[in-house]
Amino acid sequence: MALKIVKGSIDRMFDKNLQDLVRGIRNHKEDEAKYISTCIDEIKQELKQDNIAVKANAVCKLTYLQMLGYDVSWAAFNIVEVMSSSKFTYKRIGYLAASQCFHESTDVIMLTTNQIRKDLSSPNQYDTGVALTGLSCFVTPDLARDLANDIMTLMSHTKPYIRKKAVLIMYKVFLKYPESLRPAFPRLKEKLEDPDPGVQSAAVNVICELARRNPKNYLSLAPLFFKLMTSSTNNWVLIKIIKLFGALTPLEPRLGKKLIEPLTNLIHSTSAMSLLYECVNTVIAVLISLSSGMPNHSASIQLCVQKLRILIEDSDQNLKYLGLLAMSKILKTHPKSVQSHKDLILQCLDDKDESIRLRALDLLYGMVSKKNLMEIVKKLMLHVDKAEGTTYRDELLTKIIDICSQSNYQYITNFEWYISILVELTRLEGTRHGHLIASQMLDVAIRVKAIRAFAVAQMATLLDNAHLLTGNMQRNGICEVSYAAAWICGEFSEHLENPMQTLEAMLRPKVATLPGHIQAVYVQNAAKLFATVLKSQEGNTDSTAAQETSQLMIERLPLFVQSANLEVQERASCILQLVKYIQKLQQKDVEVAEEVSALFAGELNPVAPKAQKKVPVPEGLDLDAWINEPPSESESEDEQPKAIFTKEETKHSRPRHIEVDEKELARRREARKQEQANNPFYIKASPSSQKVYQDTPGVEHIPVVQIDLSVPLKVPGETQHQGLPMSDQYVKLEEERRQKERAEKKKKEKKKRKEKRSGRGKKHDSGPESEEDITPAHMVDIVTEEMPENALPSDDDDKDPNDPHKALDIDLDNLGEMAGRRPLADSEKLPVRSHRAVEAAKSPGEDGDAETVATQQPKKKSGKDKRDDKKKDKDKERKKSKDEKKKKKHKHEEKEEDLLRGEVHEPVVQSEGISQVAELPTSTSAEEAATVAAAEAPVAEVVSGAAQDSEPDEPKDTEMEETKSSKHKKKKQKKEKEEKEKKKKKRHHHHHRHSDGGGEESVQNGTVEEEEPLPSMSNYCLLAENSYIKMVYDIQGNLQDGSQVVVSVIFENKCDSFLKSMEFNVLDSLNSKLQRPEGSGPHDGLTVPFQLPPGVSNEARFVFTVQSIVMPQKLKGTLTFIVKNEESSTHEKLDFKLHFTCTSYLITTPCYSDAYAKLLESGDLKGSSLKLEGVNMPFHHLLARICFHHHFSVVERIDSCSSMYSRSIQGHHVCLLVKSSGQTVSIDAKCDEPTMLGNVLDEIKQTFSQC
Amino acid sequence: MIKAILIFNNHGKPRLSKFYEHYSEDTEQQIIRETFHLVSKRDENVCNFLEGGMLIGGSDYKLIYRHYATLYFVFCVDSSESELGILDLIQVFVETLDKCFENVCELDLIFHVDKVHNILAEMVMGGMVLETNMNEIIMQVDAQNKMEKSETFIFQSTRQDR
Repeated sequence: MALKIVKGSIDRMFDKNLQDLVRGIRNHKEDEAKYISTCIDEIKQELKQDNIAVKANAVCKLTYLQMLGYDVSWAAFNIVEVMSSSKFTYKRIGYLAASQCFHESTDVIMLTTNQIRKDLSSPNQYDTGVALTGLSCFVTPDLARDLANDIMTLMSHTKPYIRKKAVLIMYKVFLKYPESLRPAFPRLKEKLEDPDPGVQSAAVNVICELARRNPKNYLSLAPLFFKLMTSSTNNWVLIKIIKLFGALTPLEPRLGKKLIEPLTNLIHSTSAMSLLYECVNTVIAVLISLSSGMPNHSASIQLCVQKLRILIEDSDQNLKYLGLLAMSKILKTHPKSVQSHKDLILQCLDDKDESIRLRALDLLYGMVSKKNLMEIVKKLMLHVDKAEGTTYRDELLTKIIDICSQSNYQYITNFEWYISILVELTRLEGTRHGHLIASQMLDVAIRVKAIRAFAVAQMATLLDNAHLLTGNMQRNGICEVSYAAAWICGEFSEHLENPMQTLEAMLRPKVATLPGHIQAVYVQNAAKLFATVLKSQEGNTDSTAAQETSQLMIERLPLFVQSANLEVQERASCILQLVKYIQKLQQKDVEVAEEVSALFAGELNPVAPKAQKKVPVPEGLDLDAWINEPPSESESEDEQPKAIFTKEETKHSRPRHIEVDEKELARRREARKQEQANNPFYIKASPSSQKVYQDTPGVEHIPVVQIDLSVPLKVPGETQHQGLPMSDQYVKLEEERRQKERAEKKKKEKKKRKEKRSGRGKKHDSGPESEEDITPAHMVDIVTEEMPENALPSDDDDKDPNDPHKALDIDLDNLGEMAGRRPLADSEKLPVRSHRAVEAAKSPGEDGDAETVATQQPKKKSGKDKRDDKKKDKDKERKKSKDEKKKKKHKHEEKEEDLLRGEVHEPVVQSEGISQVAELPTSTSAEEAATVAAAEAPVAEVVSGAAQDSEPDEPKDTEMEETKSSKHKKKKQKKEKEEKEKKKKKRHHHHHRHSDGGGEESVQNGTVEEEEPLPSMSNYCLLAENSYIKMVYDIQGNLQDGSQVVVSVIFENKCDSFLKSMEFNVLDSLNSKLQRPEGSGPHDGLTVPFQLPPGVSNEARFVFTVQSIVMPQKLKGTLTFIVKNEESSTHEKLDFKLHFTCTSYLITTPCYSDAYAKLLESGDLKGSSLKLEGVNMPFHHLLARICFHHHFSVVERIDSCSSMYSRSIQGHHVCLLVKSSGQTVSIDAKCDEPTMLGNVLDEIKQTFSQC
Repeated sequence: MIKAILIFNNHGKPRLSKFYEHYSEDTEQQIIRETFHLVSKRDENVCNFLEGGMLIGGSDYKLIYRHYATLYFVFCVDSSESELGILDLIQVFVETLDKCFENVCELDLIFHVDKVHNILAEMVMGGMVLETNMNEIIMQVDAQNKMEKSETFIFQSTRQDR
């Protein structure tokens, strides 16, 4: 013993500590990676030693290496070991390492629960502190649930140091375990008025974070915060509160009015810039929320803008930045007051700081008017040329486009100018926004009809200019522009001056270097152009020109036919054949131009991007209604299922569909035609229907006025840049035009005045020229994008359904204060320490469910509906956790009567008739007990009573948990309550059905509707156990390999000794063999790849190959292991029998109902059936159980009848039709392998006989 | 919320990285590199806020940094934090380091990254600001260090006993 210690300390002397490691790395600059890898090897050695100091040192070094980017997750278990050291020094190292590298999928985290709990309740405040800090970084939903109560207790700790940490970490707990929010909230609120400023600040912090996501739930706290705001002197707290008010005011304008005064005072009085800035920000938010027209607030706006101007003019760049940022918020509601500072903002555009320029750009958006747009864009274009760095340039580009296109091109008076700007932008190299320019070009060309001729001319030049095609294709996003150019030239080819030239440009070999989707457009539009060219050429007498054009196409197209891109290839070969045919006709002197151009006839209308989604469902069409008769109805329960499952019946049912009489058919056809005619979105087959479509009122009624252009399309002196126009020239032209206009107007006015003078006496408003007076160069009618008629104007399409904060949207009002209204339901109590249900991950019911319930809480519903739903959800939640609790209690009992395991019976519960709620599948118990033991082993468990004194709302329930004597009685009460709730819910259901208008509810593909919470289930069943070890196992088929199954075995150490050298062996049968590593004999065992410290369990997987899967099998096996404790080590063995059921060869495979129907109709399947009596569980539980234990999926479900499907690893189809009436469940089954089917049915029967 | 706190030197070598959200080691390194790239090319007298980090956060997030001699202190925060407040916090952090290490320099951070972590843990917890009062922070850090010392003393003395 002594020798060992000496040896240990000598070892330690030679160990590197962190400083040595860092020094070493610095000395090995050339071969750092190599040096580190040797260090990691050393660390691995150190971790193997028993000395905790050595281990801690190693872990400390690993934390450093983790920062350098090395994955250290392999040492996770050692980190846990160091965390559990009793010494603070090591504990801190351990927790630091854990906080740096643990995350939700780190599996050893589940081993830490008890250690953390122990540390949380440690008498040493720094142990607690370190644990809280660590936990804040790696808390998982499981940890949050298990420790929520302990942390809540710490919120009232005597030491403020602990209190503030506990308060702060609650936010993380809420995020991971939203159910804890309601029970914890009263105490959190209490902490807002904690005597310690740190705790107070932490509470403000947490509530601000919560309120930021779901502000409406925290409105009731406003008075409290108001009080804090006026009393607190802590700037941090003030900033947080003021920020919070900024989030609250939009919901409650009255609050805003109250805030203005104190905030203004703060603005005047404070010296802290940070506080001043936040005050200004919140005042802005208040002003936005108030109706902007209020005169008495203009002073506040002035104050804000004035203060912001001071910030912007400050030499401190930070203040300048923030000033601009806040300015952009004002801009949205009070553009006028910002516009007066245009000079300042334009000045900021020239700032050397990119962040500031970007902010100034944002502001520009609101500063433009018809008058100054050209000027501002010109300035921006200059910046574009100067800008270094693509990000800023890209930002400029998008801003230019944003500014110009905002509110439907409101400020553009001259579209030629805009097109030329777009064309100029294409000269940017390496921009990512080519597609943006392209879509603008398309949009303008399509929607502004008057501009098309000009646009086409520009695009043709673009196509001609090869500069787009050269350069690095991968990086050059600008080539997207040629997509637009080609399309515009093709689609509006009638405007082309020299279509032949453009056609040739489109068919250049270089085009083949463009991305595929662009090439495809080239090919297609070349065909359009071809049609135009033919048309013009056939008019001439010279027929050879037309033939030459065809020849050109035939020569060039093969290049595209060879393209690797399918789209290009397909289009090219299609068009090539067409052209060849055309050529043939041409040679026979047939006129083809008409026919060819008919291919591309018709106008395309712009369709709004959301149009498809917004097509309203026509009246009388119920998308959920059955097209055919539903397979089963409650009264025809006995016949219908056979119609699916037995052959003779299908014969009867089939012709029924065919025997519809002719008249009926004709009538239906007529009706369908009628409907199609009325539906603008139905694509008609005949070309004539196109006309009908265009004639329908409301679709194409927007008149497109062609007006003489006052600006010539050809710009004089257009020679500079390869014929590309310069936008500047348009600016000049526009100026001239405006001047002319003004002059004309003046003339008119004079005339009018003269008229006036002459005594007509009519009043004419002709004030000074305002910007509204600038008329666009040509009255362009901007065609609005089409939307379906009576589309709903809702814009709620973009909401992130995965937002974790959604779950925290919980009504917190009337908590505790008004006891009557919504006190905490007992289910909402935080779980007090009891047995841990580790199967959470496995079972579909439990937690996952609870979470989805919370997240599913519909947000956007109106009025009564919402309330109803909420109530329902709450009921559900309440019930669910009640179930959980019952289960826990159940587990309690079970553990006490350890021997009863495996034959669970609860007579009381069953006789109540609601057994499903409290019931537990047998197989679960074993595994649960195992995991429970694993989790609870190190610490003796005491239910922490701390919850009682702090939660006055629920003393009764807490009592219930503990007083066992009165348990029975209370249980009954509880159950009654539950039943009531159930009834209530049923009523809800009915209500719903009525309002749905009689649509049948059906469930497709396993989405079982949430009726009642499912009991937890587990597939693990006991394999063998003795006093040292317990094994539970589960068998899963391997989807990839039809002859393999994977057996997962959880080994659990039940004794106080260390278990090592575990060897797992089975006697192979002819049919099933254990897969052993290559080179080992057929009787060698497999070493289990881990050792088990006391109380720990771990899982190992073994692969078996099977040949036939139609019969169940049993394999005998042995586990040998060494039990090692301090004094001795013994060799032990444990025999077991592995039971391969047929079920274990099935794999849950989803199946759609139509595929399912086909499968049944195919007639390859053989049938069999089964009747179960006395099954006492709701139908969806039954289904869930079959799904879970027997790997089926629900194909379709109607009321109490459901079809299910599964597939074996060798591809056998198994179909079930499950029907339940009362306590009788009948299962009709079909499978292409009758033996297997028989066995599966036997196993299902077995499952249900056990419960 | 603070999403990450990074300290690296003028050459982009990480001296401390604290992520309050999980990323893989590779992503973390990438974030550090990207952040360094963004921050290092900025002039001295420009503002301390930076948008446009692609890897972390997205549009709601900002980088707020300060440059001290050879080191960059970068905080990645979302819109719930006050920009100027975080700048102050960085100042408090550096001053605290200065007090704890007595004239802090880069080498202190290089060799005692664990201590820096411990100090940081008293200021920011799980991405939320825990304490901004420098004296309070230093008091807690000292108390913990004292405890550590007493433990090693006991440890050594027990060893000598045997």
